[in-house]
Amino acid sequence: MTQYVALSAVLFFIGVVGVMLRRNPLVMLMSIELMWNAANILFVAFARTWLNDAGQVFAFLVITVAAAEAAIGLAIVVVVFRDARHVDVDEARILKG
Amino acid sequence: MIAFASLSIVLVASALWTIAARKPVYSVVALLVHFAALAGLYLTLGAEFLAVIQIIVYSGAILMLFLFVIALLSSGVAPFSVGPDRMPKAALPATVIAVIGLGLLLAGLLHAPPPSPAAPAVAGVAAGPVGAPGVFGSVAEIGRALFTTYLLPFEITAFILVVAIVGVLALAGDAGTARGTLRRAERVRRAAREAIMRGGE
Repeated sequence: MTQYVALSAVLFFIGVVGVMLRRNPLVMLMSIELMWNAANILFVAFARTWLNDAGQVFAFLVITVAAAEAAIGLAIVVVVFRDARHVDVDEARILKG
Repeated sequence: MIAFASLSIVLVASALWTIAARKPVYSVVALLVHFAALAGLYLTLGAEFLAVIQIIVYSGAILMLFLFVIALLSSGVAPFSVGPDRMPKAALPATVIAVIGLGLLLAGLLHAPPPSPAAPAVAGVAAGPVGAPGVFGSVAEIGRALFTTYLLPFEITAFILVVAIVGVLALAGDAGTARGTLRRAERVRRAAREAIMRGGE
C-alpha cells in the first residue's frame, strides 16, 4: 500500500514541476493530466486495500472531470493562441485591460 | 511486486519524458506510454473496468484532442513555436519547491500508521482472480455500484459533460463562419427558387 502512495506522490510532483517549468500551454495541460492520474492511482489502490467499490467509482468520476477539463482547457488555448506568434503562456495578455 | 516495480519505472520515466520533451507531439507520445502503463497498474489492482476506460477515454479521446489542437495551432499562418526558452531561470526554484513538497509528503507517509484493511465493506464481494464474476472490481460489480449506490454522482457526470460541451462551443465555436455559411445557403435557396419560377413560365 505504502509504495502506491509513494508512486502517486512522485508522479504528482513530476506534474507540479511540469506546470511550473513549461511555458507551452499544451504541455502544462498534459502535466495537469499527470496530476489527475496520480490522484486516481490513490483512489484505485485504496479501493483495493479496503475492497470497497467507492474508490473505483470516484476514479471513474475523476476521469470524466479530467476529460471535461481537458476539452475546455484546449478550447481556451485555441481561442487565445489562434493568432499568436508563439504558443507561450507569458504572451497571453488579452485579458489585460 | 515485479509488475509494480516495472510499471512504476515506466510510469516515472514516461512522466519525466512528458514534461521534458521539446516538442509537444513527443509529450503526447510519452503521455500515451504513461496511460498504457497506468492501465496495466489498474489491472494489477483489480480495476479492469477502469483500465479499459483509461485506454478509451485518455488514450482514445483526450490525447487525440491534444493532437488535433497541436495540428490546428501549427497549421495557421504563424509557425508553431514554443517561444523563448525560460527553463534555466525557473528550473532551480521550481525543483526546490517540488523536492520540499515531495519530501514532506514522503516523510508524512513514513510516519503514518500502516493502513489496516478492514473486513470487505461490500457484502458478497471478495478478492479473487481479475475478471471472474462476483469478484471485487469486476465489470458487473462496478456497473451495479454505479447504477445503484452511486447513481447520483453518475448522473452528475452527465451534467458535467453537457457543461463541458456547451462551454467548448461557446468558447471556440466560430459564429462568424456559421453566419457566412447561412448567408451562402440563403443565396443558393433564392437562386433555386428563381430558377424554378423561370422554368414554370
